[in-house]
Amino acid sequence: MEYDVVIGLETHVQLKTKTKAFCSCSTEFGQVPNTSICPVCLGLPGSLPVLNKLALEFAVKTALALNCRIQRYFRFDRKNYFYPDLPKNYQISQYDLPVALQGFLEIEPQEGVRKCIEIKRIHLEEDAGKLIHTEGYSLIDFNRAGIPLLEIVSEPQINSPEEAYEYLLSLKEILRYLEVSDCDMEKGSLRCDANISLKKRDHFQLGAKIELKNMNSFKAVKDALAYEIERQSKLLDKGRILTQETRLWDAKEVRTVSMRTKESAPDYRYFPEPDLLPFVLEDSYIEKIKESLPELPYYKKHRFIETYGLSFNEARFIVSEKKLADYFELCVNLFPFPKIIYNWIVGPLMGELNERKISIEDINILPQDFVCLIKDVESDKINSLKAKEVLKKILDTAKSYAEVIKEESVIMISDSNILKGVVQKVLDENPKSVSDYKSGKTNALMFLVGQVMKKTQNNADPKIVQKLLKELLDGSV
Amino acid sequence: MISKDKSIDIKTVNYIADLARIALSQEEAEILSHQLKEILDFIDRLKEINIEDMPATTHILEVKNVLREDILRPSISSAKVLDMAPLKKDNFFVVPKIIE
Amino acid sequence: MELNKLTAHQLLGLLKEGVIKSSDVILALKERIDVIDSQINAYVRKNEKIELSYVQNGPLQGLPVAVKDNICTLDLNTECCSKILEGFKPPYDATVISKLKSQGAYIFPLKTNMDEFAFGSSCENSCFGPAHNPWNLEYVCGGSSGGSAAAVAADEAIFALGTDTGGSIRQPASFCGVVGLKPTYGRVSRYGLIAFASSLDVIGPITKDVYDSALILSIISGYDPYDSTCVNLSVPDFTQNLSKDIKGIKIALPKEYFIEGLDKDVEQNIKEAIEVLKKLGASFTEVSLPHTKYAVATYYIIATAEASSNLARFDGVQYGLRINSFEGDSSLLQMYKTTRAKGFGEEAKRRIILGTFALAHGYYEAYYLRAQKVRTLIKKDFEEVFKEFDCILTPTSPTAAFKIGEKIREPLKMYLSDIFTISANLAGIPAISVPCGFTKKGLPVGLQFLAGYFREDMLLQVAYNYEQNTIWHKMKPKI
Repeated sequence: MEYDVVIGLETHVQLKTKTKAFCSCSTEFGQVPNTSICPVCLGLPGSLPVLNKLALEFAVKTALALNCRIQRYFRFDRKNYFYPDLPKNYQISQYDLPVALQGFLEIEPQEGVRKCIEIKRIHLEEDAGKLIHTEGYSLIDFNRAGIPLLEIVSEPQINSPEEAYEYLLSLKEILRYLEVSDCDMEKGSLRCDANISLKKRDHFQLGAKIELKNMNSFKAVKDALAYEIERQSKLLDKGRILTQETRLWDAKEVRTVSMRTKESAPDYRYFPEPDLLPFVLEDSYIEKIKESLPELPYYKKHRFIETYGLSFNEARFIVSEKKLADYFELCVNLFPFPKIIYNWIVGPLMGELNERKISIEDINILPQDFVCLIKDVESDKINSLKAKEVLKKILDTAKSYAEVIKEESVIMISDSNILKGVVQKVLDENPKSVSDYKSGKTNALMFLVGQVMKKTQNNADPKIVQKLLKELLDGSV
Repeated sequence: MISKDKSIDIKTVNYIADLARIALSQEEAEILSHQLKEILDFIDRLKEINIEDMPATTHILEVKNVLREDILRPSISSAKVLDMAPLKKDNFFVVPKIIE
Repeated sequence: MELNKLTAHQLLGLLKEGVIKSSDVILALKERIDVIDSQINAYVRKNEKIELSYVQNGPLQGLPVAVKDNICTLDLNTECCSKILEGFKPPYDATVISKLKSQGAYIFPLKTNMDEFAFGSSCENSCFGPAHNPWNLEYVCGGSSGGSAAAVAADEAIFALGTDTGGSIRQPASFCGVVGLKPTYGRVSRYGLIAFASSLDVIGPITKDVYDSALILSIISGYDPYDSTCVNLSVPDFTQNLSKDIKGIKIALPKEYFIEGLDKDVEQNIKEAIEVLKKLGASFTEVSLPHTKYAVATYYIIATAEASSNLARFDGVQYGLRINSFEGDSSLLQMYKTTRAKGFGEEAKRRIILGTFALAHGYYEAYYLRAQKVRTLIKKDFEEVFKEFDCILTPTSPTAAFKIGEKIREPLKMYLSDIFTISANLAGIPAISVPCGFTKKGLPVGLQFLAGYFREDMLLQVAYNYEQNTIWHKMKPKI
């Protein structure tokens, strides 16, 4: 039987504030357990929360970027449940009056395929501590407790695991553009739960909602959803009726397992947090944040396609990180050949960065220098092989382009008279290649070019070298 | 689940005690059931009042928007806190295994 | 001279003149405690070391302050008189403690007895046993700040801090014949006060006279960046205008407070107090606070609901008592349930369960939300009255102190003894209890004044004028 799939995602992102949501402890990742703690985030008796101004600003910023209606009046509530990673045994969260409601996120998985997924609500809350389970007991580290979290809940308008993946990717891009979160799933700064239900095609009745937890990467979200679709359709095919439950994704075993059913759903006893006062946002405050919003990836992508003539996929790649898009645009402003720049960035530059495990944020070649390098290649002042060497050198030493060029005494040797001698020498030393070439193995030519380049410390103009080699080889037939 | 008739019978007392993570003996539950019934009967007088359209008072104060700057302050001594822990290991608090 | 019998302002005069040292005062208190506290039990953990050589400059000149066991004191046990907080040494000072220290006060290391987590009106719900009324040891000293009131009344303390959620400063002050002030909610920081009901709790002074209350309030009040609910409002010197006369001051008498069930002796004393005030130029008018009869019910929903959540953190994980299980099953759930069953006293368990019930799914609207709406009505009642009147006068409690054990088995009866004090907490307004006479049995009676938001100045002025024209604050128990 055919089924329609209905998916909603609940995403938690850690906000990149210096201090926690309700106290002045550091949010830094990877500290010694239980050292970034104070009476407030430990929930020691007598302590009281005071909201971090920047956390609120980040929440509003995100809500605006996701086209939400900012609530003029909102407050915090207590979500009560016992768990050892929750120091007060309640979480300060938001229930019926969250920061923002009713927004949307546009995804565009392929050129011309666009979809608007509505955001139901966005609210601020505090993170719990970290539990480490060992044999017979559990260890608790409260360093993470109290880090500000933003919960972003989508409407159930996602219809495939791929769309879910795309939604998360777009969400991550936006949050990173806003610089409100690192969205690093490995470090837990982005976490995602999903709910999924299946509906027989042409039927109105939606099946039971299954909640999925414990997915530790975007791919895991996609895989878990795909697994659930298969599992549920098989059961439905057999005429089984599903009941609402929460299931955990087991990435190792590639399956989901039941965690709890609806009957055992917790009673959170939400009530307004008496230790925090309500918040009433002025228009001017919201306006100011709105003005500070950067151009968002979706719009930047389309502008790059239109203005710079990039293809959809090129633009999609280059806007995936704001710093990358900015770098690209700075370069284009200095040298208005976007395609050439794109190829240089995506090819040699990204290659080098990946090798060094450096992100574009920490790059140490100025756009001016990078553009000079490209320009010199384009005007045959330096061959591209040498150019890549120079690029490496700059990245390794953080020296300027001019300095490196000088040090390396880069000159383009295009004088045939000088090169002829070298070429002849290479031919003499490589009789095998010469005979290979002559017997029709054209690859041998490239080998011989390489040998000449080597002998000239990559300073020779490879076009001239090739020409000379051909002349000599073909002439001696 | 809570029984429908809203009286606080022993089953309800046990359900609530469970939510509150307090173990009760049968006798304690019985006594509590009586006492809470008496208290709730008294509290039922609140139902006499028409509270429609009445705003709820969560805070007495009319103050709002209390915020602090995102500025680091030194944390308290980890040792001091861990020293009070009934059970600790290295720098961690320790609890028994979690069985739901 | 028995220094322990003097007030703070009297002692400050002597300290300033250099006639005495603060260590003389501390020693006098220590001797007094050694002699009588085994009978009164105003203090807990009596073995804490008292620093006799404490020297501190600042306006309070090393004067000792007795602190209720639910106010956090750095490195000094703070256990709310509960087994579950056994051994808890806060790694920080409550804001009021920091303020007092910075003014030169000596934080007395023996904390005062209280009903466990401030749950009670008699100080009988303490894991250290009840505190006794210095006027008659068979009687309760009131609660929950009973230890603080008894210590001040019995001259075991110069002044003390209490906390008031539904009358916990005023009722024991009235039972013990001392002055108890509950400030406006938000006037004094709650940071470091171990919460009972966050939207009702306030810290305030318990003193031998009104002047001392004004003095201490001036010190502990004011903005605190660590408490979102503490108001950023300038703090006057409350001792400044105390002696200003009260001619023409308009006092309201709410008819709902002069009802059946009001003890005859109490009523008689209140009537006499009204006459004194009339002579001083105050005028009296009967008014109505129509929602008074709903106050106790409203209070017990809101207070217990908040308490059930505030006390959830006591679970044996980070500090305090931990009992792994009854039967050797060492799961986390068992640890939680056993620890809390053994760690909390009967009243605490009763309130946690009542509060959990009021918030539970399917009950929230009927109980918690409804109570919050009725709270609005109670608040409005007061706002109406204060549009026309400067303050309200009522008895602090419908009766004088009752016998130890008299109400302990009947929770509802006990709750109803807070009937006259609870409304001030629900409305958040300031209130003060001052001694106004004795019953035929020789037990003190308290008179309560209530005023509008942040009008502690008005309360103190009226109370001071009354006090200076009566002798009650000078009476001492025979113990």
